[in-house]
Amino acid sequence: MSSSVVAAPVPSLVDGAGAATRRRRPVGRRRWGQLIWVAPALAVYAFFVLRPLITSVQYSLYEWNGIGVATFVGGANYVEVLTDPEQLGIIANAVVLVLFFTVIPVALGLLAAALMHGLPSGSFTTVSRSVLFIPQVIPLVAAGIVWDWVYSTNGIANQLLSAVGLGGITRPWLADFDTALPAVGLIGSWVQLGLCTLLLLTGIAKIDPSLYEAARLDGASRLQVFRHVTLPGLRREIGVCVTVTMIAALASFDIVYITTQGGPGNQTMVPGVEIYRLAFSEREVGQASAMAVVLMVLVLVAILPVQRLTQRSDQ
Amino acid sequence: MNTRTGRRLVTRAVVGASALSLVLLAGCSAPGADGSASGQDEDREISTELTSEDVELDFYIETGFPIAQELADEFTEQHPNITFNIRSDQFAVLTENASRVMAGDDAPDLIRLPQLVDPARDGLLLDLDPYFDAYGWDAFPESQLQQMRISDDARGSGSLYGMGIGYSVTGVYWNKAIGAQLGITEAPTTIDELEADMATAAAAGQQPIMQFNDIGGIAFPFQALYNQLADPTDIADWTFQQPGATIDNPEATEAMATIQEWADAGYFPADANSLDYTTMMGRFSGGEGLFMFNGDWESANLAESMGDDVGFFLMPGTEAGAAPVAMGAPNSYTIPAKAEHPDEAAFFLNWLHTDETARSIIVNSSGANPGGPTDLEIPEAANPLTEQTLAAGATVGSDGTLVDFVANATAGIYAGSIRPELQSLIDDRTTPEDAVAAIQAAYEDEVGS
Repeated sequence: MSSSVVAAPVPSLVDGAGAATRRRRPVGRRRWGQLIWVAPALAVYAFFVLRPLITSVQYSLYEWNGIGVATFVGGANYVEVLTDPEQLGIIANAVVLVLFFTVIPVALGLLAAALMHGLPSGSFTTVSRSVLFIPQVIPLVAAGIVWDWVYSTNGIANQLLSAVGLGGITRPWLADFDTALPAVGLIGSWVQLGLCTLLLLTGIAKIDPSLYEAARLDGASRLQVFRHVTLPGLRREIGVCVTVTMIAALASFDIVYITTQGGPGNQTMVPGVEIYRLAFSEREVGQASAMAVVLMVLVLVAILPVQRLTQRSDQ
Repeated sequence: MNTRTGRRLVTRAVVGASALSLVLLAGCSAPGADGSASGQDEDREISTELTSEDVELDFYIETGFPIAQELADEFTEQHPNITFNIRSDQFAVLTENASRVMAGDDAPDLIRLPQLVDPARDGLLLDLDPYFDAYGWDAFPESQLQQMRISDDARGSGSLYGMGIGYSVTGVYWNKAIGAQLGITEAPTTIDELEADMATAAAAGQQPIMQFNDIGGIAFPFQALYNQLADPTDIADWTFQQPGATIDNPEATEAMATIQEWADAGYFPADANSLDYTTMMGRFSGGEGLFMFNGDWESANLAESMGDDVGFFLMPGTEAGAAPVAMGAPNSYTIPAKAEHPDEAAFFLNWLHTDETARSIIVNSSGANPGGPTDLEIPEAANPLTEQTLAAGATVGSDGTLVDFVANATAGIYAGSIRPELQSLIDDRTTPEDAVAAIQAAYEDEVGS
């Protein structure tokens, strides 16, 4: 839901240069005439994205159960979200998930892409690419159910651990207070890894081969080639990966809802599930909306610097 | 690309969006109804005569509970001019949509609704008191209807807003085959005996209790204990949101402490916090677990899967022979204020409490007491386990007290507070004192607002 909302500023940044040149041209009636061509898309965007966004902001200023009479409470809902330790803990959980949804997949994705890049194209690379990408194709709900089994007391995770002599650390991973959040996070890593690998692999293919050749002629090691050729060449792709996965982490809902519902305790409660719970179970529409607005701001604050760092023009 | 231009554009976009929102906000009135949500006509004449015209009743019920469909089929059999259009949704979807569906112009005539308080106060439900008087529902046990009475400041008194299709009671199922191996041949009659049985099971390597807790199912054993320790009136006051009611008391703390002791002793499954209801049922009927705290709605299922190996008893008290206190609730159905055919829906509700065939359908489909006039015999159950649950329900009705689930006290208390507190409690992440204090705080937060 929020991904469509928060993704909006990205294209405007990219298009900024074009808009700036256009502005220097004499403006006239034509510019308004052009509006007609974007009007249908704009209308749909306004109705399905801007209107819900604005009503959410409006609801966040009220105490409302969704049906009865609403009471205007000003910023009280925001104060609650930003001062209640429980609600802050929920936001902190989302930040922890960034480690699993973003850092791990991007790092492993870089590694996988760099390794696969050197290989001649053949069945091995095709198979590895497909295997890595499959999690992206599986609906998150189905993935959540399967991982629920994997992590259960008699699940594959514990069977494997017992098989290699680590029977002592087996546990119901999602029921354990210490391991639940990392366990949920790893599902995210698994889902996002394929996307990152594929994006980065495509990015590598676009890097000028002569750069690699030159580096090798200069006697650069594989590590140096990676650091000085591959990494800089992939800056934009990394930016896209980080942006998409960070949004997935901060706005996560499906995996948590299916596997733990936020438990045990509130160990894995994330803003997405909390918003849902507040709005539909407690019927605190105002507070749910305030949480949603805070989440949106959080996502923007997180991805705008990433955009600036990675989309900067190559000067 | 120029970063400064980019930033300026963002600033402009933000300023523009804020200005736009302000303009729109100023143009919008507060969300929600202006109090006219109720479609009720105060002067409407009710009728207890069934119309002779062709009428189609709209039902909105819970998926997986075909009882309303079975009753509807039987009703059409008896009254061919009444047909039914039945729509069903999963429980969570149903409860989340119910208010909006009832507020809409196309409100159903009868709806399965577990939480009546907010919709009643929002004027979405039909006040059933006129039917109560006209049909003489005062001949029904008041204890069964009490939970569906709602006034402006509390539940448990005031106007009647729903009727039950079956009145459920909870207790403990036990695996008699495991019991026989352990030398346990009789159901325990005191809490001490229950605990002794659990200790015997644990010592023999059997799982003493099979209980789900992924969404807080340990609320069943917790309240089973709490019911025996506290004055049931205090518990009812709390679930009915009576002013000043609290769960932060020594009895609830003691019940929590016992739950924690049981957890520490390994009486609950190690993965209870991720164990879901369906898996619990599968494991228990597959022979894992001596006891399971659950309700009469599973009696037909368990009788089928476990045959004679399963029994049911009400939670015993601290002393043998104590009057039973059990939690239970009607499977409540209600008529929306905007229903098109309220008279026919009310006739249907009265019929299913009094018609012999209908009562038999309820007993054998839900395992629950059918309610209705106290002088009507309870229909015969199709299996011995359902006989036991029915008998237990009858015992509570005649000699004991029925209290509502603490999890039903407010709309959000179960998922928002009871679940996390119980999960923390059995993992020693909180103390019994802190757990009840936290639940009380969440309760006051919700009731106060």
